[in-house]
Amino acid sequence: METTLKVSKIKDGTVIDHVPAGKALRVVSILKIENNPDVSTTIAMRVQSEKLGRKDVIKIENKYLNRDDLDRISLVAPDATISIVSNYQIKEKFTVKLTKTIVGILKCPNQGCITNVKEPVNSEFSVVSEKPLILRCFYCERNMTEKEVLSQL
Amino acid sequence: MLKNKSIVSIDDVSESDISEIFSVSDRMLNALEAGKKLEMLDGKIMATLFYEPSTRTRLSFESSMHRLGGSVVSVSDVKSSSVAKGETLADTIRMAESYSDVIVIRHPLEGAARLASKFSTKPVINAGDGSGQHPTQTLLDLYTMRKYFGKIDGLRIAMVGDLRYGRTVHSLLLALSNFDVEVTLISPQILKMPEHIRERLGKNIKVKSRENLDEKMDEFDVFYVTRIQKERFTDQNEYNSVIGLYSIDVSTVGKMKKNAIIMHPLPRVDEIKPEVDYLPNAAYFKQAYYGVPVRMALLSMILGA
Repeated sequence: METTLKVSKIKDGTVIDHVPAGKALRVVSILKIENNPDVSTTIAMRVQSEKLGRKDVIKIENKYLNRDDLDRISLVAPDATISIVSNYQIKEKFTVKLTKTIVGILKCPNQGCITNVKEPVNSEFSVVSEKPLILRCFYCERNMTEKEVLSQL
Repeated sequence: MLKNKSIVSIDDVSESDISEIFSVSDRMLNALEAGKKLEMLDGKIMATLFYEPSTRTRLSFESSMHRLGGSVVSVSDVKSSSVAKGETLADTIRMAESYSDVIVIRHPLEGAARLASKFSTKPVINAGDGSGQHPTQTLLDLYTMRKYFGKIDGLRIAMVGDLRYGRTVHSLLLALSNFDVEVTLISPQILKMPEHIRERLGKNIKVKSRENLDEKMDEFDVFYVTRIQKERFTDQNEYNSVIGLYSIDVSTVGKMKKNAIIMHPLPRVDEIKPEVDYLPNAAYFKQAYYGVPVRMALLSMILGA
Protein backbone atom coordinates (compact mmCIF):
# COMPACT_ATOMS: atom_id res chain seq x y z
CA MET A 1 0.00 0.00 0.00
CA GLU A 2 1.39 3.37 -1.05
CA THR A 3 1.49 5.77 1.89
CA THR A 4 3.10 8.85 0.40
CA LEU A 5 1.66 11.19 -2.17
CA LYS A 6 3.43 11.28 -5.52
CA VAL A 7 2.15 14.82 -6.13
CA SER A 8 1.45 17.46 -3.57
CA LYS A 9 -1.97 18.82 -2.60
CA ILE A 10 -3.25 21.97 -4.24
CA LYS A 11 -4.66 24.95 -2.38
CA ASP A 12 -7.40 25.99 -4.80
CA GLY A 13 -8.46 24.45 -8.06
CA THR A 14 -9.58 21.16 -9.58
CA VAL A 15 -8.38 17.59 -9.37
CA ILE A 16 -9.30 15.26 -12.21
CA ASP A 17 -8.86 11.69 -11.03
CA HIS A 18 -9.50 8.31 -12.69
CA VAL A 19 -8.41 9.48 -16.10
CA PRO A 20 -7.63 6.41 -18.27
CA ALA A 21 -3.88 5.73 -18.24
CA GLY A 22 -2.11 7.72 -20.91
CA LYS A 23 -4.99 10.14 -21.59
CA ALA A 24 -3.91 12.95 -19.22
CA LEU A 25 -2.13 14.99 -21.87
CA ARG A 26 -5.23 14.75 -24.07
CA VAL A 27 -7.37 16.11 -21.20
CA VAL A 28 -4.91 18.96 -20.64
CA SER A 29 -5.04 19.72 -24.34
CA ILE A 30 -8.88 19.75 -24.26
CA LEU A 31 -8.82 22.27 -21.41
CA LYS A 32 -6.34 24.48 -23.30
CA ILE A 33 -4.42 25.24 -20.11
CA GLU A 34 -0.92 24.43 -21.26
CA ASN A 35 -0.15 28.04 -22.21
CA ASN A 36 -2.14 29.76 -19.46
CA PRO A 37 0.41 31.59 -17.20
CA ASP A 38 -2.05 31.79 -14.28
CA VAL A 39 -2.67 28.07 -14.10
CA SER A 40 -0.15 25.53 -12.84
CA THR A 41 -0.80 21.90 -13.61
CA THR A 42 0.61 18.72 -12.13
CA ILE A 43 0.17 15.48 -14.00
CA ALA A 44 0.68 11.98 -12.66
CA MET A 45 0.63 9.31 -15.33
CA ARG A 46 0.12 5.57 -15.03
CA VAL A 47 -0.15 5.56 -11.24
CA GLN A 48 -1.71 2.56 -9.52
CA SER A 49 -5.46 2.54 -9.10
CA GLU A 50 -7.75 0.01 -7.44
CA LYS A 51 -10.54 0.91 -9.83
CA LEU A 52 -8.65 1.15 -13.14
CA GLY A 53 -5.39 -0.76 -12.54
CA ARG A 54 -3.44 2.21 -13.86
CA LYS A 55 -4.72 5.74 -14.11
CA ASP A 56 -3.69 9.33 -14.74
CA VAL A 57 -4.38 12.19 -12.32
CA ILE A 58 -4.36 15.90 -13.12
CA LYS A 59 -4.23 18.67 -10.54
CA ILE A 60 -4.93 22.14 -11.81
CA GLU A 61 -4.38 25.12 -9.56
CA ASN A 62 -6.59 28.19 -9.83
CA LYS A 63 -8.97 26.77 -12.41
CA TYR A 64 -12.54 25.57 -12.11
CA LEU A 65 -14.23 23.73 -14.94
CA ASN A 66 -17.38 24.77 -16.74
CA ARG A 67 -20.08 22.57 -18.28
CA ASP A 68 -18.43 22.60 -21.71
CA ASP A 69 -15.08 21.48 -20.20
CA LEU A 70 -16.82 18.62 -18.37
CA ASP A 71 -18.64 17.50 -21.52
CA ARG A 72 -15.38 17.42 -23.45
CA ILE A 73 -13.56 15.54 -20.69
CA SER A 74 -16.35 12.94 -20.56
CA LEU A 75 -15.61 12.03 -24.19
CA VAL A 76 -12.00 11.11 -23.32
CA ALA A 77 -12.32 10.06 -19.69
CA PRO A 78 -15.89 8.83 -19.11
CA ASP A 79 -15.12 7.64 -15.55
CA ALA A 80 -13.17 10.70 -14.41
CA THR A 81 -13.80 12.02 -10.91
CA ILE A 82 -13.72 15.76 -10.42
CA SER A 83 -12.83 17.29 -7.05
CA ILE A 84 -13.20 20.99 -6.49
CA VAL A 85 -10.63 22.15 -3.96
CA SER A 86 -10.75 25.29 -1.88
CA ASN A 87 -8.12 26.11 0.75
CA TYR A 88 -6.78 22.52 0.59
CA GLN A 89 -10.25 21.10 1.31
CA ILE A 90 -12.42 19.16 -1.15
CA LYS A 91 -15.60 21.22 -1.41
CA GLU A 92 -17.35 19.09 -4.02
CA LYS A 93 -16.67 15.75 -5.65
CA PHE A 94 -18.50 14.18 -8.56
CA THR A 95 -18.06 11.91 -11.54
CA VAL A 96 -18.26 13.28 -15.08
CA LYS A 97 -21.13 11.92 -17.08
CA LEU A 98 -21.32 11.50 -20.80
CA THR A 99 -24.40 13.47 -21.82
CA LYS A 100 -26.99 11.81 -24.07
CA THR A 101 -26.41 14.41 -26.76
CA ILE A 102 -23.22 16.25 -27.55
CA VAL A 103 -24.00 19.62 -29.05
CA GLY A 104 -21.63 22.04 -30.74
CA ILE A 105 -18.38 20.42 -29.56
CA LEU A 106 -17.52 18.15 -32.47
CA LYS A 107 -17.63 18.49 -36.23
CA CYS A 108 -19.32 15.74 -38.23
CA PRO A 109 -16.55 13.82 -40.05
CA ASN A 110 -18.90 13.19 -42.98
CA GLN A 111 -17.95 15.83 -45.55
CA GLY A 112 -21.33 15.40 -47.19
CA CYS A 113 -23.20 16.31 -43.99
CA ILE A 114 -25.37 19.44 -44.06
CA THR A 115 -23.77 20.64 -40.79
CA ASN A 116 -20.47 21.16 -42.62
CA VAL A 117 -21.85 23.93 -44.82
CA LYS A 118 -23.01 27.40 -43.87
CA GLU A 119 -26.22 26.65 -42.00
CA PRO A 120 -27.29 28.14 -38.65
CA VAL A 121 -27.06 24.90 -36.67
CA ASN A 122 -24.70 23.34 -34.16
CA SER A 123 -23.46 19.83 -34.72
CA GLU A 124 -25.39 17.33 -32.62
CA PHE A 125 -24.52 13.74 -31.78
CA SER A 126 -26.25 11.07 -29.77
CA VAL A 127 -24.26 8.45 -27.87
CA VAL A 128 -24.71 5.03 -29.48
CA SER A 129 -22.11 3.33 -27.26
CA GLU A 130 -19.93 4.57 -24.39
CA LYS A 131 -17.28 1.84 -24.53
CA PRO A 132 -16.07 1.90 -27.23
CA LEU A 133 -17.27 5.41 -27.83
CA ILE A 134 -19.58 5.65 -30.85
CA LEU A 135 -21.60 8.79 -31.58
CA ARG A 136 -24.26 9.28 -34.25
CA CYS A 137 -24.84 12.54 -36.08
CA PHE A 138 -28.42 13.74 -35.54
CA TYR A 139 -28.48 15.09 -39.10
CA CYS A 140 -26.76 12.67 -41.47
CA GLU A 141 -27.07 9.68 -39.09
CA ARG A 142 -23.47 8.62 -39.71
CA ASN A 143 -21.59 7.06 -36.81
CA MET A 144 -18.44 8.70 -35.46
CA THR A 145 -15.78 6.47 -33.91
CA GLU A 146 -13.68 7.16 -30.81
CA LYS A 147 -10.66 7.72 -33.04
CA GLU A 148 -12.52 10.38 -35.01
CA VAL A 149 -13.72 12.01 -31.78
CA LEU A 150 -10.23 12.09 -30.26
CA SER A 151 -8.73 13.54 -33.44
CA GLN A 152 -10.87 16.64 -32.89
CA LEU A 153 -10.28 17.20 -29.20
CA MET B 1 -49.66 7.90 -35.82
CA LEU B 2 -48.11 9.89 -38.62
CA LYS B 3 -50.27 13.01 -38.31
CA ASN B 4 -48.07 16.13 -38.58
CA LYS B 5 -44.96 13.97 -38.42
CA SER B 6 -41.87 14.47 -40.58
CA ILE B 7 -40.53 11.44 -42.43
CA VAL B 8 -36.80 11.99 -42.75
CA SER B 9 -35.37 8.56 -42.09
CA ILE B 10 -36.91 5.12 -42.29
CA ASP B 11 -36.37 5.03 -38.51
CA ASP B 12 -39.11 7.68 -38.22
CA VAL B 13 -41.63 5.06 -39.29
CA SER B 14 -42.50 2.31 -36.82
CA GLU B 15 -43.52 -1.23 -37.74
CA SER B 16 -47.15 -0.44 -36.95
CA ASP B 17 -46.91 2.74 -39.08
CA ILE B 18 -45.66 0.58 -41.97
CA SER B 19 -48.60 -1.81 -41.78
CA GLU B 20 -51.01 1.14 -41.56
CA ILE B 21 -49.31 2.79 -44.58
CA PHE B 22 -49.71 -0.47 -46.52
CA SER B 23 -53.40 -0.81 -45.76
CA VAL B 24 -54.06 2.84 -46.66
CA SER B 25 -51.95 2.31 -49.82
CA ASP B 26 -54.19 -0.64 -50.75
CA ARG B 27 -57.24 1.61 -50.42
CA MET B 28 -55.56 4.33 -52.49
CA LEU B 29 -54.60 1.78 -55.16
CA ASN B 30 -58.20 0.53 -55.33
CA ALA B 31 -59.46 4.10 -55.69
CA LEU B 32 -56.90 4.82 -58.43
CA GLU B 33 -57.78 1.67 -60.34
CA ALA B 34 -61.49 2.39 -60.02
CA GLY B 35 -60.86 5.92 -61.35
CA LYS B 36 -62.44 7.35 -58.20
CA LYS B 37 -61.99 11.06 -57.60
CA LEU B 38 -60.61 11.84 -54.15
CA GLU B 39 -60.76 15.23 -52.49
CA MET B 40 -59.46 14.50 -49.00
CA LEU B 41 -56.60 17.03 -49.31
CA ASP B 42 -58.69 19.74 -50.96
CA GLY B 43 -57.29 23.10 -49.86
CA LYS B 44 -53.92 21.66 -48.77
CA ILE B 45 -50.66 22.71 -50.44
CA MET B 46 -47.49 20.66 -50.84
CA ALA B 47 -44.20 22.51 -51.52
CA THR B 48 -41.55 20.56 -53.41
CA LEU B 49 -37.93 21.70 -53.10
CA PHE B 50 -35.75 19.58 -55.36
CA TYR B 51 -32.08 20.58 -55.25
CA GLU B 52 -31.15 17.54 -57.33
CA PRO B 53 -32.72 16.24 -60.52
CA SER B 54 -35.55 13.78 -60.15
CA THR B 55 -38.21 12.43 -62.47
CA ARG B 56 -40.11 9.63 -60.76
CA THR B 57 -39.99 10.86 -57.19
CA ARG B 58 -41.06 14.36 -58.05
CA LEU B 59 -43.73 13.32 -60.54
CA SER B 60 -45.16 10.72 -58.22
CA PHE B 61 -45.28 13.09 -55.23
CA GLU B 62 -46.96 15.77 -57.33
CA SER B 63 -49.32 13.27 -58.92
CA SER B 64 -50.20 11.88 -55.47
CA MET B 65 -51.04 15.32 -54.13
CA HIS B 66 -53.21 16.15 -57.16
CA ARG B 67 -54.93 12.75 -56.95
CA LEU B 68 -55.94 13.62 -53.38
CA GLY B 69 -57.38 16.97 -54.45
CA GLY B 70 -54.51 19.05 -53.07
CA SER B 71 -52.23 21.43 -54.91
CA VAL B 72 -48.50 21.82 -55.39
CA VAL B 73 -46.07 24.72 -55.36
CA SER B 74 -42.48 24.14 -56.37
CA VAL B 75 -39.13 25.69 -57.15
CA SER B 76 -38.59 24.64 -60.73
CA ASP B 77 -34.97 25.68 -61.08
CA VAL B 78 -32.85 25.85 -57.97
CA LYS B 79 -30.03 27.57 -59.89
CA SER B 80 -32.18 30.66 -60.38
CA SER B 81 -33.68 30.56 -56.90
CA SER B 82 -32.59 32.33 -53.75
CA VAL B 83 -30.28 29.40 -52.96
CA ALA B 84 -28.08 30.56 -55.81
CA LYS B 85 -27.99 33.96 -54.10
CA GLY B 86 -26.48 32.37 -51.01
CA GLU B 87 -29.61 31.80 -48.92
CA THR B 88 -29.25 29.06 -46.32
CA LEU B 89 -31.48 26.01 -46.49
CA ALA B 90 -32.81 27.00 -43.06
CA ASP B 91 -34.10 30.32 -44.44
CA THR B 92 -35.55 28.69 -47.56
CA ILE B 93 -37.44 26.26 -45.34
CA ARG B 94 -38.80 29.03 -43.10
CA MET B 95 -40.16 30.68 -46.24
CA ALA B 96 -41.54 27.46 -47.76
CA GLU B 97 -43.36 26.43 -44.58
CA SER B 98 -45.30 29.67 -44.59
CA TYR B 99 -46.53 28.92 -48.13
CA SER B 100 -47.50 25.27 -47.65
CA ASP B 101 -48.85 22.51 -45.41
CA VAL B 102 -46.16 19.93 -46.14
CA ILE B 103 -42.65 20.20 -47.61
CA VAL B 104 -41.02 17.55 -49.79
CA ILE B 105 -37.27 18.00 -50.16
CA ARG B 106 -34.48 16.40 -52.14
CA HIS B 107 -30.98 17.70 -51.48
CA PRO B 108 -27.41 16.63 -52.34
CA LEU B 109 -26.22 16.90 -48.72
CA GLU B 110 -26.93 14.24 -46.11
CA GLY B 111 -29.00 15.43 -43.20
CA ALA B 112 -30.58 18.26 -45.23
CA ALA B 113 -34.09 16.93 -44.65
CA ARG B 114 -33.45 16.58 -40.90
CA LEU B 115 -32.25 20.16 -40.82
CA ALA B 116 -35.35 21.21 -42.77
CA SER B 117 -37.58 19.43 -40.24
CA LYS B 118 -35.86 21.33 -37.44
CA PHE B 119 -36.68 24.69 -38.99
CA SER B 120 -40.19 23.86 -40.13
CA THR B 121 -43.32 23.65 -38.03
CA LYS B 122 -44.92 21.86 -40.99
CA PRO B 123 -44.09 18.21 -41.68
CA VAL B 124 -41.12 17.54 -43.97
CA ILE B 125 -40.75 14.48 -46.19
CA ASN B 126 -37.27 13.44 -47.27
CA ALA B 127 -37.22 12.64 -50.99
CA GLY B 128 -33.51 11.74 -50.89
CA ASP B 129 -30.53 13.41 -49.22
CA GLY B 130 -27.15 12.80 -50.86
CA SER B 131 -26.16 9.20 -50.36
CA GLY B 132 -28.21 9.19 -47.15
CA GLN B 133 -31.83 8.11 -46.98
CA HIS B 134 -34.84 7.94 -49.25
CA PRO B 135 -37.59 6.65 -46.94
CA THR B 136 -40.58 6.95 -49.27
CA GLN B 137 -38.76 4.91 -51.90
CA THR B 138 -38.16 2.29 -49.22
CA LEU B 139 -41.83 2.21 -48.32
CA LEU B 140 -42.84 1.68 -51.94
CA ASP B 141 -40.12 -0.97 -52.33
CA LEU B 142 -41.47 -2.87 -49.33
CA TYR B 143 -45.01 -2.39 -50.60
CA THR B 144 -44.01 -3.85 -53.99
CA MET B 145 -42.50 -6.96 -52.36
CA ARG B 146 -45.64 -7.38 -50.28
CA LYS B 147 -47.88 -6.99 -53.35
CA TYR B 148 -45.96 -9.68 -55.26
CA PHE B 149 -45.44 -12.19 -52.46
CA GLY B 150 -48.21 -11.33 -49.98
CA LYS B 151 -45.61 -10.88 -47.21
CA ILE B 152 -42.05 -9.74 -46.62
CA ASP B 153 -40.96 -12.18 -43.91
CA GLY B 154 -39.21 -15.21 -45.33
CA LEU B 155 -38.05 -13.54 -48.56
CA ARG B 156 -34.54 -14.02 -49.89
CA ILE B 157 -33.37 -10.79 -51.43
CA ALA B 158 -30.31 -9.98 -53.53
CA MET B 159 -29.23 -6.33 -53.70
CA VAL B 160 -27.11 -5.84 -56.80
CA GLY B 161 -24.88 -3.05 -58.08
CA ASP B 162 -23.91 0.20 -56.39
CA LEU B 163 -24.52 -0.44 -52.73
CA ARG B 164 -22.10 2.26 -51.61
CA TYR B 165 -23.62 5.42 -53.03
CA GLY B 166 -27.15 4.15 -53.74
CA ARG B 167 -29.28 5.70 -51.02
CA THR B 168 -32.30 3.54 -51.85
CA VAL B 169 -30.41 0.40 -50.83
CA HIS B 170 -29.22 2.02 -47.61
CA SER B 171 -32.77 2.85 -46.50
CA LEU B 172 -34.10 -0.48 -47.76
CA LEU B 173 -31.52 -2.59 -45.94
CA LEU B 174 -32.18 -0.72 -42.68
CA ALA B 175 -35.92 -1.25 -43.09
CA LEU B 176 -35.51 -4.93 -44.01
CA SER B 177 -33.53 -5.51 -40.83
CA ASN B 178 -36.87 -5.32 -38.98
CA PHE B 179 -38.15 -8.29 -40.98
CA ASP B 180 -37.19 -11.94 -40.96
CA VAL B 181 -35.42 -11.92 -44.34
CA GLU B 182 -32.13 -13.02 -45.83
CA VAL B 183 -30.25 -10.43 -47.86
CA THR B 184 -27.25 -11.03 -50.09
CA LEU B 185 -25.28 -7.93 -51.03
CA ILE B 186 -23.75 -8.31 -54.49
CA SER B 187 -21.36 -5.56 -55.51
CA PRO B 188 -17.77 -4.94 -56.54
CA GLN B 189 -15.41 -4.26 -53.65
CA ILE B 190 -15.35 -0.49 -54.23
CA LEU B 191 -19.14 -0.23 -54.20
CA LYS B 192 -19.96 -2.38 -51.20
CA MET B 193 -22.51 -1.48 -48.54
CA PRO B 194 -20.95 1.06 -46.15
CA GLU B 195 -20.05 -0.12 -42.65
CA HIS B 196 -22.05 2.73 -41.13
CA ILE B 197 -25.21 1.11 -42.50
CA ARG B 198 -24.25 -2.48 -41.70
CA GLU B 199 -23.44 -1.66 -38.10
CA ARG B 200 -26.97 -0.32 -37.61
CA LEU B 201 -28.74 -3.49 -38.70
CA GLY B 202 -31.02 -5.34 -36.31
CA LYS B 203 -30.23 -8.84 -35.13
CA ASN B 204 -33.02 -10.61 -37.08
CA ILE B 205 -31.64 -10.03 -40.55
CA LYS B 206 -29.18 -12.45 -42.14
CA VAL B 207 -26.76 -10.63 -44.44
CA LYS B 208 -24.18 -12.13 -46.78
CA SER B 209 -21.90 -10.40 -49.28
CA ARG B 210 -20.31 -11.45 -52.52
CA GLU B 211 -19.06 -10.01 -55.79
CA ASN B 212 -20.39 -12.54 -58.27
CA LEU B 213 -24.01 -12.29 -59.49
CA ASP B 214 -24.14 -15.52 -61.48
CA GLU B 215 -23.88 -18.16 -58.78
CA LYS B 216 -26.97 -19.76 -57.15
CA MET B 217 -29.34 -17.24 -58.68
CA ASP B 218 -32.30 -19.56 -58.16
CA GLU B 219 -32.09 -18.96 -54.41
CA PHE B 220 -33.55 -15.48 -54.52
CA ASP B 221 -37.13 -14.21 -54.57
CA VAL B 222 -36.16 -10.61 -55.25
CA PHE B 223 -33.32 -9.05 -57.23
CA TYR B 224 -33.08 -5.39 -56.25
CA VAL B 225 -30.84 -3.92 -58.94
CA THR B 226 -29.35 -0.42 -58.77
CA ARG B 227 -27.72 1.82 -61.30
CA ILE B 228 -24.05 2.54 -60.94
CA GLN B 229 -24.33 6.30 -60.61
CA LYS B 230 -21.78 8.17 -62.68
CA GLU B 231 -22.46 11.43 -60.83
CA ARG B 232 -21.31 9.94 -57.50
CA PHE B 233 -17.80 9.14 -58.79
CA THR B 234 -15.01 11.67 -58.60
CA ASP B 235 -12.60 9.22 -60.22
CA GLN B 236 -13.60 8.42 -63.81
CA ASN B 237 -11.29 5.37 -63.93
CA GLU B 238 -13.08 3.87 -60.96
CA TYR B 239 -16.42 4.38 -62.74
CA ASN B 240 -15.14 2.77 -65.94
CA SER B 241 -13.90 -0.27 -64.02
CA VAL B 242 -17.34 -1.12 -62.62
CA ILE B 243 -19.85 0.06 -65.22
CA GLY B 244 -21.61 -2.82 -66.91
CA LEU B 245 -20.37 -5.35 -64.35
CA TYR B 246 -23.85 -6.66 -63.62
CA SER B 247 -26.11 -6.79 -66.61
CA ILE B 248 -29.43 -8.61 -66.54
CA ASP B 249 -30.72 -9.98 -69.81
CA VAL B 250 -33.13 -12.77 -70.77
CA SER B 251 -30.50 -15.47 -70.23
CA THR B 252 -29.75 -14.14 -66.71
CA VAL B 253 -33.46 -14.24 -65.90
CA GLY B 254 -33.47 -17.88 -67.09
CA LYS B 255 -31.18 -18.73 -64.16
CA MET B 256 -33.61 -17.21 -61.64
CA LYS B 257 -36.46 -18.87 -59.79
CA LYS B 258 -39.61 -18.84 -61.95
CA ASN B 259 -41.52 -16.39 -59.76
CA ALA B 260 -38.51 -14.23 -58.80
CA ILE B 261 -39.00 -10.52 -59.37
CA ILE B 262 -36.56 -7.89 -60.56
CA MET B 263 -36.88 -4.50 -58.91
CA HIS B 264 -35.02 -1.27 -59.69
CA PRO B 265 -35.51 2.25 -58.29
CA LEU B 266 -34.97 3.61 -61.85
CA PRO B 267 -33.59 5.24 -63.90
CA ARG B 268 -31.67 2.31 -65.33
CA VAL B 269 -28.87 2.56 -67.84
CA ASP B 270 -27.35 -0.77 -68.91
CA GLU B 271 -28.00 -2.94 -65.90
CA ILE B 272 -31.34 -4.35 -67.12
CA LYS B 273 -31.72 -4.93 -70.85
CA PRO B 274 -34.98 -3.68 -72.44
CA GLU B 275 -35.82 -7.26 -73.53
CA VAL B 276 -36.37 -8.12 -69.85
CA ASP B 277 -39.22 -5.56 -69.63
CA TYR B 278 -41.61 -8.00 -71.28
CA LEU B 279 -40.97 -10.87 -68.87
CA PRO B 280 -43.32 -11.42 -65.90
CA ASN B 281 -40.30 -11.12 -63.60
CA ALA B 282 -39.85 -7.43 -64.46
CA ALA B 283 -41.41 -5.59 -61.51
CA TYR B 284 -39.71 -2.21 -61.83
CA PHE B 285 -42.39 -0.30 -63.71
CA LYS B 286 -45.06 -1.65 -61.39
CA GLN B 287 -42.79 -0.62 -58.51
CA ALA B 288 -42.60 2.93 -59.88
CA TYR B 289 -46.38 2.91 -60.27
CA TYR B 290 -46.83 1.90 -56.63
CA GLY B 291 -44.99 5.11 -55.72
CA VAL B 292 -48.27 6.96 -56.22
CA PRO B 293 -50.60 5.00 -53.90
CA VAL B 294 -47.87 4.78 -51.24
CA ARG B 295 -47.17 8.53 -51.36
CA MET B 296 -50.91 9.22 -51.42
CA ALA B 297 -51.20 7.13 -48.26
CA LEU B 298 -48.34 8.99 -46.60
CA LEU B 299 -49.58 12.45 -47.54
CA SER B 300 -53.13 11.69 -46.40
CA MET B 301 -51.90 10.26 -43.08
CA ILE B 302 -49.44 13.10 -42.42
CA LEU B 303 -51.96 15.78 -43.28
CA GLY B 304 -54.55 14.02 -41.19
CA ALA B 305 -57.16 13.45 -43.85
